Amino acid sequence: MSKPKIPIKDGNVALLVGTRKGGFLLRSSHSREKWNLEGPFMLGAIVHNMILDPRDGRTLLMAASTGHLGPTIFRSSDQGRTWKEAARPPAFPKAEPEGTGEAINHTFSLWSGHVDEPGVFYAGTSPVGLFRSEDSGETWYGVTGFNENPMRRTWIGPAEFAAPGGGGLHSLQIDPRDPAHMYIGCSMGGVFETLDQGKSWQPLNKGCEADFLPDPEADFGHDPHTLRIHPLYPDVLYQQNHCGIYRMDREDGYWVRIGSNMPEDVGDIGFPIVLDPRDPQRVWVFPMDGTEIWPRTSPKGKPAVFVSTDGGKNWVPSHKGLPARHGYFTVKRHAMNADREAPLGIYFGTSGGQVWGSVDEGNRWRKLVDYLPEIYSIEPVVFAA
Amino acid sequence: MNVMIPSQLRSYTHASRVECSGDTLGAVLDELDRRFPGLRFRIIDEQDRIRRHIHIFINKEMTQGLHQPVTDADEIRIIGALSGG
Repeated sequence: MSKPKIPIKDGNVALLVGTRKGGFLLRSSHSREKWNLEGPFMLGAIVHNMILDPRDGRTLLMAASTGHLGPTIFRSSDQGRTWKEAARPPAFPKAEPEGTGEAINHTFSLWSGHVDEPGVFYAGTSPVGLFRSEDSGETWYGVTGFNENPMRRTWIGPAEFAAPGGGGLHSLQIDPRDPAHMYIGCSMGGVFETLDQGKSWQPLNKGCEADFLPDPEADFGHDPHTLRIHPLYPDVLYQQNHCGIYRMDREDGYWVRIGSNMPEDVGDIGFPIVLDPRDPQRVWVFPMDGTEIWPRTSPKGKPAVFVSTDGGKNWVPSHKGLPARHGYFTVKRHAMNADREAPLGIYFGTSGGQVWGSVDEGNRWRKLVDYLPEIYSIEPVVFAA
Repeated sequence: MNVMIPSQLRSYTHASRVECSGDTLGAVLDELDRRFPGLRFRIIDEQDRIRRHIHIFINKEMTQGLHQPVTDADEIRIIGALSGG
């Protein structure tokens, strides 16, 4: 198959911002110099993720819950002015005997399907589950090959071992050459691969450390924080894991800890990882303090993005414009992403409610907005004209 | 019977009180969901458990579950319990 192209999106970039207290939209001018905040949408709702369907440039999906109410999915086709609830949000099947089954706590991540499957979306949930919609998010059905796989509970561990806030299926990556070939990242559980669009799954964790498991060579039970495949070279995989930064060349089938090349006093712990959509060798991470009791804030209070231009062999800090000290940032796994412009724009949101951006490929950072609630997700998009 | 609707659910009902009928709490909630689609799943999970931060009272007694019988003379009160900051 021919290699897919990554077009430069020549439109005004907007950032979909999911926060602990609602959704927001940050619109830019054409030059990405001026940014205007819109919203909030669903003020008070916990918005775990918001995405735009890149295939039509119109369909917005929002994964929301509240402190009181159960999880649901909202949809908008008018850039957030009005929202309609899904008729059938993700839910596990009812179990017998009554009251013994699992219930979705929240939808953790949303993903557009393959470009050849318009209207298809996927949702990753907490507890770990995978759901698919074939009608643009109106109705959702479990991917039974995963959710009802007899190995699922073994893979993801007992419910009481889940990460604080509950385990989640946070990453789904679809091979642009083949919609049946997908990867998922589960925290906990690890990375899994399907070649038959979710009917069967195999763990893909060899080489990845798991220092919290009794068997360091375990096939599953790992804790990827973010998993990405490169859109142009989909056999190149990266993950930011609880135990470092990794890269896999799929034909090798083995994760290599490229985070070992990070400065020792910074380490290679973090939540997000961002790939350059045009260069599989260039990748950005946002390190956090993973020492002793795991503060999960910027090491030594000096927030910095780190970039590698050679696939992880070398890393250099990028902190121009960021606080030189007393900056204790936490950036969640969905809260750092790149647009498709040229030069590339990179954006991250903090648990302190700030959105930072660089429109020169990570050389200089600027605070775009402040005083938002805790930020869970940042999604750069371009709406259809 | 009267069903008292908490503020968290009024985007569905647009009213603080709804007249409803049914032999059990579950049947009443089913009717509510038919009239206000999506409401039930926000307060009852897929295993028919009342969600953690929702309380449902029948008159002044907290309900024992969806099978609990109700009559037209009862008042059902759905309450958004304390759920943090």
